[in-house]
Amino acid sequence: MTPDAGKHIHRFHGGLRLRHNKKMSCQLAVERPLLPELLVVPLLQHAGDIASPLVEVGDLVLKGQQIGQCQPCAAVHSPVSGVVELIEDRPMSHPSGQAGPCVVIRPDGREQWVKLKPISNWRTANADSLIAQLQECGLAGLGGAVFPTHAKARDGRERKIHTLILNGVECEPYISCDEMLMREQPDKIILGARILRRALGAERVVIAIEDQMGAVKEALSRAAECTDCENISVIKVPKVYPEGGERQLIQVLTGLEVPAGGRPSDLGMVCQNVATAAAVADAVVEGKPLIDRYITVTGSGISQPRNFQALLGTGFSHLVEACGGYTDDVARLVVGGPMMGYPVATDDTPVVKRSNCILALTTRDIAEPQPEMPCIRCGECARVCPATLLPQQLHLQVRNGLWEQTVEYGLSACIECGCCDYVCPSHIPLVEWFRYGKSEQQRRALETEASDKARKRFEDREARLLRVKQERAGKMAQRKKMLKDKSSQQDRIRASIDRAKNKSDIRQSAQEAGSMVGNPDDT
Amino acid sequence: MTRKFQTSGAPHIPPQTRVATVMRQVLLALLPGVLAYSWFFGPGILIQITLATFFALLFEAIMLRWRGRPLKPFITDYSAVVTAVLFALCIPPLAPWWISCIAMFFAIGFAKHLYGGLGQNVFNPAMVAYVVALISFPQAMTAWLPPLALAEHGFGLSDSLITIFTGQVPLKGGWDAVTQATPLDAIKTGTESGLLMSDIRHSPVFGSIGGLGWEWIAGCFMLGGCFLLYKRVISWQVPLAVISSVILLSLPFWLADPDSNPLPLQHIFSGAIMLAAFFIATDPVSGCVSNRGRLIFGAGVGIITLVIRRWGGYPDGVAFAVLLMNMAAPLIDRYTRPRMYGE
Repeated sequence: MTPDAGKHIHRFHGGLRLRHNKKMSCQLAVERPLLPELLVVPLLQHAGDIASPLVEVGDLVLKGQQIGQCQPCAAVHSPVSGVVELIEDRPMSHPSGQAGPCVVIRPDGREQWVKLKPISNWRTANADSLIAQLQECGLAGLGGAVFPTHAKARDGRERKIHTLILNGVECEPYISCDEMLMREQPDKIILGARILRRALGAERVVIAIEDQMGAVKEALSRAAECTDCENISVIKVPKVYPEGGERQLIQVLTGLEVPAGGRPSDLGMVCQNVATAAAVADAVVEGKPLIDRYITVTGSGISQPRNFQALLGTGFSHLVEACGGYTDDVARLVVGGPMMGYPVATDDTPVVKRSNCILALTTRDIAEPQPEMPCIRCGECARVCPATLLPQQLHLQVRNGLWEQTVEYGLSACIECGCCDYVCPSHIPLVEWFRYGKSEQQRRALETEASDKARKRFEDREARLLRVKQERAGKMAQRKKMLKDKSSQQDRIRASIDRAKNKSDIRQSAQEAGSMVGNPDDT
Repeated sequence: MTRKFQTSGAPHIPPQTRVATVMRQVLLALLPGVLAYSWFFGPGILIQITLATFFALLFEAIMLRWRGRPLKPFITDYSAVVTAVLFALCIPPLAPWWISCIAMFFAIGFAKHLYGGLGQNVFNPAMVAYVVALISFPQAMTAWLPPLALAEHGFGLSDSLITIFTGQVPLKGGWDAVTQATPLDAIKTGTESGLLMSDIRHSPVFGSIGGLGWEWIAGCFMLGGCFLLYKRVISWQVPLAVISSVILLSLPFWLADPDSNPLPLQHIFSGAIMLAAFFIATDPVSGCVSNRGRLIFGAGVGIITLVIRRWGGYPDGVAFAVLLMNMAAPLIDRYTRPRMYGE
């Protein structure tokens, strides 16, 4: 069965209609900011392990040169030509807020590129070489999940998917970088879509965009009018948060649900962000590694919100300055959108592959935190939950440590979209509880595994000891038996000796009796 | 030049509503019904609401202090006020003042705080209060007034105050002169003594659908309930299930024997069915969580109420029905968990 994605628009459960606040950052054309003085390139930019550095302090690097290697995740490249000034632990713009190894590069301003290795004949190149190119160019999902693109492509190819979905649904408020990219570079997105389709072996491409994005549909449709562009469709979907989540988007386009614990490829589909598709086109056709991205700098805490095409490693403060700085009442800096973005403690944080938006919120936006009240079980959270969970029940279960019930009630299916937090009249930080619950579930799973191992070890040892003991006891018994046998043997010997003796005595006495009158006492 | 920021977990948009807002909306939705009540039955209800609210807040404060909880957020969440108003709407408008005191003591002290306070109560506090008062003081709790239109003497504010605080009716003839059977009482005693429904309905206490006056009050409760539905404070499942189960269950009886069974609409528009459908059975704390569970909960309330009205010893049975379904709610929730995404 190949569902015709996008033929009918379906609904997903729950969700929110949020004020989208996107216009403010769409007024100016996207520009490249001036070269910053220093670039800080974290070695952890993907879902996966930290890359190991390929350069040392003092090395000269070229623009696009690989500086970090990581198997099986994606490569890290220098965004400029310059000198490696430091390799040290710094805030690396990771949701965990942890510091990690970063390569600090001082640009020389010459912007000298490394020799690029494009695949110009991508129409005939085999899929494996295309996928390898994506890995070498450091591609990762630019929607924010930064899952390495080559790994997703390989998985999709192996599982024989039929539809590539390009996600242009920027459902979080404020963020507009994908919209701007679709407006300004529709041809590149379509090109990337065709390359990805070939790499995946898919038949169809569905590009999903929000129904409130003005000229985007026209731009993309025009770009998709080329020869060799058959089976590429641009579909408008109604704007409901969190429609950009891949599970929700697939449900909207096909009416199908990704099985619990499964992946979209179970349904024969792969989702990629539109920005990833554009990066694929650059990587394959021009051989350019992923060293820059579109990023929105916005919020009422920014003087002139706008979008940039920023080099990875550029500090947030540099971009904010290019926007005319903060307003006076700025209070919180968030990477990503207001619903799922993570806060950063300082703007001395670099742009990385996952940073789609720098959102500066004011005291007015975030409001005074209200005291948390007890849950009154109003059920609003369940009404808006796109995963059809019962957040109020899960909250109580996590709070009371009822871990078996959290498994039964599907805690792991929570996508942390924050809809429940937004509607909770008691102001309970539900998503925070759920994150804690998930990590606790993982910890307990590991612990159970460890304790299972320990128990097995103990039981094996006990069994071995028992076996040894039994063997020993068996041997002992045997020996005892033998000894016993021996003593009875001796008895028998003694008895027969006695008998023999008696006989000889009798014989003797008979002889004696024959010779003289026998003494009866002798018998 | 770098800058430091305070961090806090996502989401970064503050929640859109508060418990106090929800409770205030419930109170606002009760207003039309309360106004209709005092229009038809005099100012007694307003005095009862004031009394119950005073005692509810008093016991709320005492219990919070005793349990070492902060006073301000819980006193100002209006939940005790909602309990008080719902209770006051269930008792006769001239019931003596100490009934409110005792009932609110049980509602707030026992049904609410001994179970852990706001959000933890298994039973609807207002219904606990009503049942305690009904069982303990049956006489005071059944001394209902006729609508002002039928009363020989108009009952003003001062007369009401004197009656409530002294227990003595300041009119000639005392209690017997002012009280009258409610429409549901009339049906109960009428059918028990073998009267035909058409004869029973000749009594002036009946209006065009339900009881005289009562039908308008019920209509106002429905109006307020629709406001709550519109504001998404309550979901449609419970009211629909309560009302439709009452209609569906009473319809065959009425069709089979219209002489001894009231019209289904009569059931809906008399007694506390409408109040229960929109304001009592919809209490989220003591009700069901899932949509299917809410349908079952509402249907249970409707069916049990009707069974008590038809075969039980009380003319109305809403409070007992709600309490019985409160008991069943956790079990219903367990068996009506919605299917998860991808399950």
